[in-house]
Amino acid sequence: MSDQLYQERIVALAKARTGAGKLTAPTGSARRDNPLCGDRVTIDVKVDGQGRIAEIAHQVRGCLLCQASASALAAAAVGRDAAGVAMLRQDAERAVGRQEGEAAEPFAAFAPVRAHKSRQECVLLPFEALKDALP
Amino acid sequence: MSFDAAAVRDQFPILSEIIDGRPVHYLDNGASAQVPRAVLDAVRKYETTGRANVLRGVHRLAERATDAYENARAEVAAFLGVPAMEIVFTGGCTAAINLVAYAYGALLKPGDRILISELEHHSNIVPWQLLRDRAGIELDMVPVTTDGRIDLEKLPRLMTPRTRLISLAHVSNVTGAMVDVAAVVAAAKSVGAKVMLDGAQRAPHGPVDLPTLGVDFYVFAGHKAYGPNGVGVLWARPELLEAMPPFMGGGSMIGRVTLAETTWAPPPRRFEAGTPPIGPAIGLGAACAWMRTLDWTGAHAHEMTMVQQLMDGLQEIDGARIFGPAGLQNRYPVVSFLLDGVHPHDVAQTLDSFGVAVRAGHHCAQPLMDRFDLDGTTRVSMAPYNDRSDIDALLTGVRHAARTLR
Ligand SMILES: Cc1ncc(COP(=O)(O)O)c(C=O)c1O
Repeated sequence: MSDQLYQERIVALAKARTGAGKLTAPTGSARRDNPLCGDRVTIDVKVDGQGRIAEIAHQVRGCLLCQASASALAAAAVGRDAAGVAMLRQDAERAVGRQEGEAAEPFAAFAPVRAHKSRQECVLLPFEALKDALP
Repeated sequence: MSFDAAAVRDQFPILSEIIDGRPVHYLDNGASAQVPRAVLDAVRKYETTGRANVLRGVHRLAERATDAYENARAEVAAFLGVPAMEIVFTGGCTAAINLVAYAYGALLKPGDRILISELEHHSNIVPWQLLRDRAGIELDMVPVTTDGRIDLEKLPRLMTPRTRLISLAHVSNVTGAMVDVAAVVAAAKSVGAKVMLDGAQRAPHGPVDLPTLGVDFYVFAGHKAYGPNGVGVLWARPELLEAMPPFMGGGSMIGRVTLAETTWAPPPRRFEAGTPPIGPAIGLGAACAWMRTLDWTGAHAHEMTMVQQLMDGLQEIDGARIFGPAGLQNRYPVVSFLLDGVHPHDVAQTLDSFGVAVRAGHHCAQPLMDRFDLDGTTRVSMAPYNDRSDIDALLTGVRHAARTLR
């Protein structure tokens, strides 16, 4: 049996549910759907005067990969502005093999998704929602 | 003698393929079934000994092609218990429904009503929404019961004097529930409405006796019924085919064309503009002929035994539950289930790593998912060539997902 996709680190990220929930007074909020598989992510952010993320929360109705990615993103995004978030996305894209180069943590954990093209969008969906939620 | 699934499986070359070191447990038949040698042979025969366009040539290959194509029409007709000239070949099931929505829709007036259900495939929803927006038709919805059946108790109340058509899935592609056709036909008759059945998930489980069903339109897809891709079937009562204008214009569907106007060919050619999917239609004819050779009493019992095995196995897995009818009555072997705490895509992906092919997601039935507030389901859809080993492999995978992913 080959079961490489759901490695412990991905499962652990999903189970951690870092940032799961809603913010009471977000400065921005956005929802993204993947029409192919029905995954749905809503991201709330509170941004400070310098455009940096002070707080972030997510609601995911989707698969484990999407949950793990939202969880990793919530942990890594605090303190970053839009350019900083773009760096994280680059890591995620590197991890899943969409870009050349080494992926940094926490997104390096998504390397097993490289072999599963149809699931890569699941990892990237939270980034799409966050991009829309930022000013 | 009991039904011999192994003998059926032997007729499907792909089922003995070894993929990444293991056999395939193919339980995604509702999306596309596999193809028996009889179909491959028929298509190969056309492509290698009789390939030409149909209805237009006088040469021998053209005559062979035309004969084979018309013979396929007769085979499909025999499968449905109707005359060949009432069979229209289309590009698929979706194309057939769109044909009806357009051509029968052309006979309707603003304010006329069409009734569908909450569990329909998008291909039996969107064409009617397009018609609604184009022609001022009103759409009504029959609700679905909590066990995933069209709630026919609500039907009488939804019938109006303006209801012109009821269009429903014969068998649900999500829950496997079969609709009570007699009740639908009776309700339709009470207001003079027509009935269309989407037979996409019914046709793969044996001949359909249309004269007994008493409906007005029937559609299905070739690729789900052991035939090739790119072909589907519309059957309609001859008086309806006669009354309907063409859906597409082009070659073959004409009587006579002048630059000012064109007269239409009689059905079925009126609805087969352009070169039809000749090879796929010939393959589908062979699939229908092949299906008619199977012992469907035995095959159905075999399929229902597998459904029971699946239900029993899932019952022993904590947090697993069926979405659909709990019993075996009036259902076909399409079974959706949920595993609490694990997303259907993760179930399906895990199953793939066990060599088991299933479908997960909304199954092109988003209104049904919304109605029950589901992200999706994992769907097991069987064919007569499946057996206990497929169900066992599936249950092993589901247990693994339950253990590791939550
Ligand atoms: C019930 C039902 N109707 C219609 C369709 C559409 O068939 P096709 O995509 O082959 O046109 C499907 C296919 O999934 C189906 O299951």
